[in-house]
Amino acid sequence: MTTLNAEPDTPVPVGIEKNRVRGGPPRSEILRRDKWWAQPLAIFSGLLAFIVYATWAALRNGHFYAGNVGRDYLSPFYSPCLTNSCTSNGYVWGGWTWWRLSPAIPILIFPLSFRLSCYYYRKSYYRSFWLSPPSCAVPDAGSTKAKSPRNKYSGETKFPLIFQNIHRYTWYFAVIFAGILTFDAVAAFRFHNGIGMGLGTLIFVVNALLIWAYTLGCHSCRHLCGGGLRTFSSANSRHFIWKNFVSKLNEHHQLFAWLSLFWIAFADFYTWLVATGAIHDPRFF
Amino acid sequence: MSVENTQPQVGDDTQQKQVTLKIWRGDASGGKFVDYTLDYLDGEVVLDAVHRVQSEQAPDLGVRWNCKAGKCGSCSSEINGKPSLMCMTRMSTLDLEEPITVSPMRTFPIIKDLVTDVSFNFEVAKKIPALQPKPREKDGTYRMSQIDIDRGQEFRKCIECFLCQNVCHVIRDHEENKPNFAGPRFLMRIAELEMHPLDTLDRRRYAFDVMGVGYCNITKCCTEVCPEHIHITDNAIIPLKERVVDVRFDPVAWLGRTILRRPKPTSSEEVIKLTPAGRSANTPS
Repeated sequence: MTTLNAEPDTPVPVGIEKNRVRGGPPRSEILRRDKWWAQPLAIFSGLLAFIVYATWAALRNGHFYAGNVGRDYLSPFYSPCLTNSCTSNGYVWGGWTWWRLSPAIPILIFPLSFRLSCYYYRKSYYRSFWLSPPSCAVPDAGSTKAKSPRNKYSGETKFPLIFQNIHRYTWYFAVIFAGILTFDAVAAFRFHNGIGMGLGTLIFVVNALLIWAYTLGCHSCRHLCGGGLRTFSSANSRHFIWKNFVSKLNEHHQLFAWLSLFWIAFADFYTWLVATGAIHDPRFF
Repeated sequence: MSVENTQPQVGDDTQQKQVTLKIWRGDASGGKFVDYTLDYLDGEVVLDAVHRVQSEQAPDLGVRWNCKAGKCGSCSSEINGKPSLMCMTRMSTLDLEEPITVSPMRTFPIIKDLVTDVSFNFEVAKKIPALQPKPREKDGTYRMSQIDIDRGQEFRKCIECFLCQNVCHVIRDHEENKPNFAGPRFLMRIAELEMHPLDTLDRRRYAFDVMGVGYCNITKCCTEVCPEHIHITDNAIIPLKERVVDVRFDPVAWLGRTILRRPKPTSSEEVIKLTPAGRSANTPS
């Protein structure tokens, strides 16, 4: 790492001297009176609940496609459908007869990497899981203890967190998956006796819309569509997209991150209920 | 026989409400919170109350202030543990039943009581090369389109109160990072220059190598405490991180630059030469 202070003839400026006595009581004394712990606790609980559900959903390897009851509903955890369980019902994907594990595993790597490196989720889990920091003006876990291994902090400058910088590549795949889930939403209008619409169809349409709202509001998307330009005046169409579309979605990135996360699990759960025959999917027309 | 109610009633002007301020008193040799009880006056901000303590009870109380209008950024402190401007925090918004703690910013070395030495920030500011404008137009002027300066104008609202610097856990909880991390205010300054339509210097590698943008883990506390409500993380730091990815972590962008024979990103060493320290180091003695 190059620093100005490393220049041989440049004295270390007074303001960057370390270990001077700092203002106020010791950092270990938390002075905040509000419920600063409530938000990280709520986020921790929400993400943990999703992890538990997603693990069960990904490993159950069954009842992820409702073709057996005349519905073309495919769980987003298993989309695109890689196995013969869908092709036997006329689904367009499939054919991975050699794959022995749950087909959700190779699929979920892509949306998982997108969400793990997402700028919003990074904030969420750095705060609620890694406690770095748990809340503003609350010390990082372990940072007040001299001998704690958590006393050193290098942020996203070293392995493994430096890999957060691949976010734009995960976004490229996320766009492909958003397209696939859109296909699934359209396919959900297909019934064994023609075009129709059931409650599941509505759920899959909402799922696709939320996935697009989350994917296109991504900070990397915002950069790639125009935010990376130094000037906008020579790129009017990119400015229009950046300002009126992507930045607007980006303002609500947190909201869409949670809504889409919940809805994916809900769509999977609904598909499972329909596929197992636990409930009958009401058909509107 | 009736019993008179001796409890103060709502709107009873005869009972003057009292508030207690717990103000940090001390210097580099040590300090403690000292309680000051005073009358509650409608419409006051915390700075007003601190001034009354100074004029009525503790004339030697050290407090830095200037405009009392949220525009000079002098009266930064921590009120009930939250980094805030004293002049912009109404007493009526606080829980007056409990003592209100007023402490100095905990990231910077203390001078006296509520006054800290914020020269760290001025030293960091010197590390940022100033605007390197492109040649003037033929008529001797510079021209910029409004859409090109909209983004930068948000960042120009900064009043340099350094609350964002104070709350940032990268240096608040890990002081050893001070020489290698510029902090949110100055990463925002680099982002502003990178988005400036007249500037010609590429500071992207410098932002990572010297100013330490990679240390930021985007937990958004800087945005939460900004009294000017600047979207520091979403509009400055994340766009800057994405620009850094362009020149450091994106092989496709590198391939594109190579094939299209675009200029190479400016090295950190070249940028250092343009800083005040770098210029003086290169001046022949």
